[in-house]
Amino acid sequence: MNTNTQKVEMQHAYAAQIGRKCWIMAIIISLLIISFFIDVSTGPGNYPLSTVLGVFSEPESHGIRLQVIMWDYRLPIAVTAVLVGALLGLAGAQMQTILNNPLAEPFTLGVSAAASFGASLAIVLGFSVVPGVGGLLVTANAFVFSLMTCGFILFATRLKGVGSETMILFGIAIFFTFSALLALMQYMASEDQIARIVFWMMGSLSRASWDKIALGGILLAIAIPFSLLRTWPMTALRMGEVTANSMGVDVPRLRVEMLICISLLAATAVSFVGTVGFVGLVGPHIARLLVGEDQRFFVPLAAIIGALVLSLTSLISKSITPGIIYPIGIITSLIGVPVFVSIILSTRREKLS
Amino acid sequence: MLSINHIYAGYPGKKVLKDISISNLEGGELVGLIGPNASGKSTLFKSIAGLIKPLSGSIDLGSVELTQLHRRNQARLVAYMPQAVGCNAILTVFESVLLALKQTTGWRVGKADLHQVSQVLDTLELAHLANRGIADLSGGQAQMVAVAQTLVRAPAVILLDEPTSALDLHHQLSIMNAIHIETKRRKPIVMAALHDLNLAAKFCDRLILLNDGRIIADGTPELILKMPELGETYGVSAGVERTTRGALYVDAHLTSSVALSCNYVSA
Repeated sequence: MNTNTQKVEMQHAYAAQIGRKCWIMAIIISLLIISFFIDVSTGPGNYPLSTVLGVFSEPESHGIRLQVIMWDYRLPIAVTAVLVGALLGLAGAQMQTILNNPLAEPFTLGVSAAASFGASLAIVLGFSVVPGVGGLLVTANAFVFSLMTCGFILFATRLKGVGSETMILFGIAIFFTFSALLALMQYMASEDQIARIVFWMMGSLSRASWDKIALGGILLAIAIPFSLLRTWPMTALRMGEVTANSMGVDVPRLRVEMLICISLLAATAVSFVGTVGFVGLVGPHIARLLVGEDQRFFVPLAAIIGALVLSLTSLISKSITPGIIYPIGIITSLIGVPVFVSIILSTRREKLS
Repeated sequence: MLSINHIYAGYPGKKVLKDISISNLEGGELVGLIGPNASGKSTLFKSIAGLIKPLSGSIDLGSVELTQLHRRNQARLVAYMPQAVGCNAILTVFESVLLALKQTTGWRVGKADLHQVSQVLDTLELAHLANRGIADLSGGQAQMVAVAQTLVRAPAVILLDEPTSALDLHHQLSIMNAIHIETKRRKPIVMAALHDLNLAAKFCDRLILLNDGRIIADGTPELILKMPELGETYGVSAGVERTTRGALYVDAHLTSSVALSCNYVSA
């Protein structure tokens, strides 16, 4: 009887934890929705929230001016913030699990630097890697270079003797390489082009468009079920590669599948908004602290928190100085670096103890 | 019944197992695999578990040929517990055992899953640790959790690679005891690679002595431990006695002159 009560207690405790995690998810989603609407209603022309909601619920009763502001400016930016934040959070979470490194994310692995170089190539030389993309030239170039970098990381993980710590060093190498190439591009560029490059690198939501949103949305709609189907093997991977393998997980195959998925997510996010560092680090980090690493909760929550962080960043970028929208990349880096340092310190401590 | 027929296996450029055949591995029997380091114990386990493909030979579980199965199907039948490795995941003990079970069952977590996990934790006396983070466990506790991860899948074949390495005496005995109980209760085929011959003598029904990728001897602990080949295999001189409590006790000494001088120094 005693052992039976113990067993029942264990099951109840687990069920209670699941309940708690669901609540956390619900709360963060609510915060995201609130942040999204405040983001939409914030801007140079201060319309109250009721007016903003009115534009969507009964468009006829509001002027064309307000409709244009909402549909062509505010809404695409707010939606892009949420979408790109989710893409980066998801990519960061998966990268960290696959590479067994809590510091891995598109920015620290040099993917953003590669994208910047790709963009500068388009801006300065008008050179396109993908023929026939027209207006999306800069985005397409950034995408191709991010994808190439992810491919290189994928290849590097398969080399013998490349541990999870070495991956970050690879990231630094990639970062320096593309920074140098980028400097070369800037040297060759005209003043106007330099301004465009610098602006691109700072990461901005003002490049939002409904086309990009549709593309990113489709990608996210594919990536989320794809990731959720693999949550159990991915959780097993957190026990270590050998253990996961012994449990029947085909680790090399899982790695390749996930890295392809991550590459697409990261490349898309970076090519849409430029260098937005550390969102892929902060999202998963907070998610891990809140719900642990059962990937059924960790992965979606990392994406949602990534979305929340970027949505809040968008809000902050408009609120610091009225009338000026600061590039979000600056703000995410300022928020992200302390988190980055704290993760380094905490993992060091683990190793010492 | 598991039978291993003329297995050759290894890694590129290095043949580890040379013509290994073991027959009549029955359910309910705890088989100890003994032999010096690098004698091929882990490679044999990995071959049976399907983690490496044997170069030739076959491994049959009843009428099923294991080497022909898909990885995941093989994991359903054979559970392999690798040598202990640390991990820093933020998962509770309960979650970590559940995830082992969920690798071979569906995506959804049902009542039956929770029941199975709590059952195993209860049997292994880990109930009080269920909500503890696995990164915070002691070496012995982590090893017990690894055993739980293996047993929870209720496989037909259980392979344990040095389940007692790096553990204190109490944990060595409690792990071997738990494995022994499981072997007799549910009657899976259980093989354990062991370094401690006294532990092997105490808990195993059958011992297989491996050296340099070949089987040297196969039989009851009493028979194997008394063989002159045992000392030769390990490079020691060994004698076996019965203690006053009736257990076999292996008394081993180093044989080489270098070792003797070392003994002299340490004495």
